[in-house]
Amino acid sequence: MASSSKKSAPTEPTLWDEGVKGIWRENPVFIAVLGLCPAMAVTNSLINGVVMGAATTFVLVGASLFVSLLRHVIPKPVRISIYIIIIATFVTIVDFALAAYMPAAHRELGAFIALIVVNCLILGRQEAFASRNKVGPSLADAVGMSLGFTLALVMIGGIREVLGSGTLGGVPVFGADPSLPSEGVAVFEPWVIMVLPPGGFLTLGVLLTIFAYLKNASAERKKQEMAASPDSARRS
Amino acid sequence: MGDLVFIFASACVINNFTLALFLGLCPFFGVTGRLDTAFRLGLANIFVLVITSLSAWALNTYVLIYAPYLRLISFIVVIASTVQFVEMLIKKLSPGLFRALGIFLPLITTNCAILGLALFQTSRGYSLVEGLVYALGAGVGLTLALVIMAGLREENELAAIPRVVRGTAMSFFVAGILSMAFMGFAGLFSQS
Repeated sequence: MASSSKKSAPTEPTLWDEGVKGIWRENPVFIAVLGLCPAMAVTNSLINGVVMGAATTFVLVGASLFVSLLRHVIPKPVRISIYIIIIATFVTIVDFALAAYMPAAHRELGAFIALIVVNCLILGRQEAFASRNKVGPSLADAVGMSLGFTLALVMIGGIREVLGSGTLGGVPVFGADPSLPSEGVAVFEPWVIMVLPPGGFLTLGVLLTIFAYLKNASAERKKQEMAASPDSARRS
Repeated sequence: MGDLVFIFASACVINNFTLALFLGLCPFFGVTGRLDTAFRLGLANIFVLVITSLSAWALNTYVLIYAPYLRLISFIVVIASTVQFVEMLIKKLSPGLFRALGIFLPLITTNCAILGLALFQTSRGYSLVEGLVYALGAGVGLTLALVIMAGLREENELAAIPRVVRGTAMSFFVAGILSMAFMGFAGLFSQS
């Protein structure tokens, strides 16, 4: 632990860097493909995505704080079990809090709030980051990763809700009843498939394809720039 | 008896854990590169699910009525340790079986399909026998999904797929189409 922080001393990343990397560059859902079960199971509407993102944020930040504080106390051989118990404690808090204050959302998300315990994203961050870093960077990392996760849930949830129910956050986007013909033509017929299970897989598939395409395009552009100016390429 | 058949079919195909409930997706996308591995992972899953069902039933009946707030923590800890214990037992009694399933056991102990089964079984108030049938159905359903997915991905290796969709994105499209196919089972019991 001490040695690892010393090793990274020359290029010490700032708290800001630790936080920002999770949002896009190392986005847990789009790049690392972690935490898929909740990312698809509850994202048939925007609101569900937001609630799930907030619950996961609370658990991840809380667990990272405790694991980071206790990193010198936890014995190596049983560390995973201890992480899981810490995570399960926070999930129990969220579960009971939601049941008490937002019963409708709790009913909607069902067992998936409890299943945050086994979200591989959370355990992964404890093992890979919080157990080796000081409290500050661990918290920054946890907040960034949670924001990235929430962003992914909101994107998937938004797309599926607009296409599947014709609403966004419960507000109709295509007029009050889009399937009714206005002036002879139906404005928008909701694609029911998008709120059903296959829609989750297909939406994420399309999103990943778009990201891969953009990444390829920018890599291609960089290559062309290099080829266009061989001087600068050689110098660098 | 009819109830048990319904529970089995429902867990196996109608509400397939992977394709309809999105449980256990990590191994579904991670370990389905080869058919043979996927099949053995499925068998290991059935095994762990049955143990889970037994442990969850015992906990619900004897312990959790006194301390319901310990539900999550006790499920995880008891399931993980029971699986570890049985793993040691198998290693001693049947090394061949251990070699076939052993490496997957630690991987799936804290999988969402496993904890999901325990939670669903609890919320539906299944008895011991119903719980075991439910676990078997869920396990067979998971194996089915894993094997079909692995077979399709092996075929995909040889297909001419555009570079942008190759890899994870393609797996998602395949899973989406499979999931649509499994939705066809939804009418299985409504007709009769």
